[in-house]
Amino acid sequence: MNKIGLIIRREYLTRIRKKSFIIMSVLGPLIFAAYILIPMYFATLEDKEEKLMVVIDDSGLFTAQGADGPVFTIQETETIKFQVIKGVPIETFKDTFEESGYYGLLFIPANILASNSSLIYSTKQTSVEISEYLKRSMESEIEDLKLAQHEIEDIDKILAEVETSINVRNIKWTKDGKTQESNTGVIMGIGYLGGMLIFFFIFFFGSQVMRGVIEEKVSRIIEVIVSTVKPFQLMMGKIIGVGLVGLTQFLIWLMLSAVLVTGLKAAFFPELTQTPTEQVVGSDLFDQGTSAQDMNISTPENLANQDMDMAQEIFASLKSINAGIMIASFLFFFIFGYLLYAAMFAVIGSMVDNETDTQQLIFPVILPLILGIYVMISAINNPDNALSFWFSIIPFTSPVVMMVRIPFGVPWWQLALSGSLLVLTFLAMTWVAAKVYRTGILMYGKKASYREIWKWLRYSS
Amino acid sequence: MNLISASEVVKDFSGHRALNHVSMEVPEGSIYGLLGPNGAGKTTLLRIINQITAPDQGSILFEGTPIGQEHRHMIGYLPEERGLYKKMKVGEQALYLAQLKGLSRQEAMKRLKIWFKKFEIETWWDKKVEELSKGMAQKVQFITTVLHEPRLLIFDEPFSGFDPINVNLLKQEILQMKAQGATIIFSTHNMASVEELCDHITLINESEAVLQGEISEVRDRYRANKYLVTFKGNKEQLAKDLDPRFELLGVEENGMGQRATIQIKNEGEGSGDLIRNLVDITEIKAFHEILPGMNDIFIQVVNDTLQKKGS
Repeated sequence: MNKIGLIIRREYLTRIRKKSFIIMSVLGPLIFAAYILIPMYFATLEDKEEKLMVVIDDSGLFTAQGADGPVFTIQETETIKFQVIKGVPIETFKDTFEESGYYGLLFIPANILASNSSLIYSTKQTSVEISEYLKRSMESEIEDLKLAQHEIEDIDKILAEVETSINVRNIKWTKDGKTQESNTGVIMGIGYLGGMLIFFFIFFFGSQVMRGVIEEKVSRIIEVIVSTVKPFQLMMGKIIGVGLVGLTQFLIWLMLSAVLVTGLKAAFFPELTQTPTEQVVGSDLFDQGTSAQDMNISTPENLANQDMDMAQEIFASLKSINAGIMIASFLFFFIFGYLLYAAMFAVIGSMVDNETDTQQLIFPVILPLILGIYVMISAINNPDNALSFWFSIIPFTSPVVMMVRIPFGVPWWQLALSGSLLVLTFLAMTWVAAKVYRTGILMYGKKASYREIWKWLRYSS
Repeated sequence: MNLISASEVVKDFSGHRALNHVSMEVPEGSIYGLLGPNGAGKTTLLRIINQITAPDQGSILFEGTPIGQEHRHMIGYLPEERGLYKKMKVGEQALYLAQLKGLSRQEAMKRLKIWFKKFEIETWWDKKVEELSKGMAQKVQFITTVLHEPRLLIFDEPFSGFDPINVNLLKQEILQMKAQGATIIFSTHNMASVEELCDHITLINESEAVLQGEISEVRDRYRANKYLVTFKGNKEQLAKDLDPRFELLGVEENGMGQRATIQIKNEGEGSGDLIRNLVDITEIKAFHEILPGMNDIFIQVVNDTLQKKGS
């Protein structure tokens, strides 16, 4: 085994055997799953609680005569139930409302047609969901009522004909003359996720490289190692080893997250496992292939099929992105972005004796990365403007910014330029880093400044 | 044949010259002592031989060829600041370092077993380094330095931090390695160990090599024409009868008898002249020359160079 291989092996093995790695590997997906599942859980919690509303309808517009007495004409839902009470003044509820078990009291005044207002009394804050539901239901009933007063013939038929819902779809003309449907939201999401992943990976594992260098300096093993291997070999071995640890961690997270999310979903929300979404996706998209997506807007089927399912839209958007280019560029910018920054983090590690001294040295290094994040967020809305263009070409920000541009389609020459600039900068940075590193690792007692680094660069090695 | 020849080595650090035209010849199979006060430049020279730093001027030859990558495996280095990976297990770490030095895993394992047994530290194999005491960690590091049986061993202050028993153990190992043909360079402040072990020395002071040579020759060079005479007789009589060309520096008495220290004052007169004089005036039981200790030479040379600088 050659020396870099041995170093990579040590860096990799000692790290993945650490307790913190194992804990992070397990906790990572748990946190990720929690992000997805906790809101779902709360949503179902909210749904299950039944709320009984007392209704006092002075207008009489919403009361019909049922078999067991008066009934409210507004549809009950799974969680909202109504009980109509007649001839009781509101005040009688006031003092005992808390104990009565009612969620709220809906008062519809006699003059609602004129005043356009009704009241909900409750001891708690009424949920937006309930008041919105009541508002919408009453509005539509009163609208119907008012329309009926005009006594127009076949009013229901006319209304059905008039009702319109416009669905705006984004169809993109590609260079080869095809049309592709895309959902900008989904594309944004994917680009954003990719950029953020790269940012966190660079930051988290870059600082691990730095800590590794400091550890070797502090424990003084460094002198023995650099008498055996070249500092460059040690630095590259460390950077690659830590990078592999990061890739391993992400792979574990990805697999565990998938297992966790599907497992927990099946265990706690069985009704969600076979949603209409999946049925549609399963039957429609994969059976019909891409023909449904290369849409021609003028065909009658498409016009009729206006309520295109959300999931179908998402999948259509996913297909509009070239998955091959996406994955390849993600891996490319992921790896070279990490390598470039890891070399700089290694230099910082070689400049200090302890971790507390690193703070102010790190700042100028990660500044472009943070700038990249800001530009990335703006680039989501304007993927083709000058700012997005330049920041996706400049090597220090390109790994993050290019990721959000790729889903929208980036010309080949830009990808090639950005990629080769990144590789060239990485090589140059590694060369510089190795020179500073070999001087820095043997310096003790004082924290080096960037001015001194300039001097070290000019030492003959 | 010299294993290492350093010639005219210069190394500058920002505004400070650590080595100023230092040359050194280390014969193969010898033990070479590098002496000098703290901060004189010893560690810098050792680092240059180890290719940790490069000289600004001058060159290092290994067996006559400029030192390069291929020589790294032939050198074992024990730096002054000892250190191992604290979180790594002893055995695993020793294996790693041995493999970096070019040993195969199997060979490294075989040799480590032998060394761990010899130092009676087999039970440490699965301990983490941070669980060991400082002395224990030093033993482990010594083993990792010599395990690949390098032709050149470089020890920077090897005895510091060891107790006297382990210092002896170490000295024996060093002598045994020499017997097996290894060349050893070590730097030290311990002058007793220099006299005991070294064949050659270089004394570095203020970044320059101020004294070099074979140890017997160096001691000879600093002889002060002093002799120790064990005699039988009256010491007052001896003082009175001694020729004025010789000076009696003192007489001490112990169970063995009386011993006088006498210095020959004139250049060109030897021990023969002194003995001829002594034979006439007292009964000589033993007679030998007092050679200066390395400790005295060290102090004298360092002070001399300081004075030269001052004037």
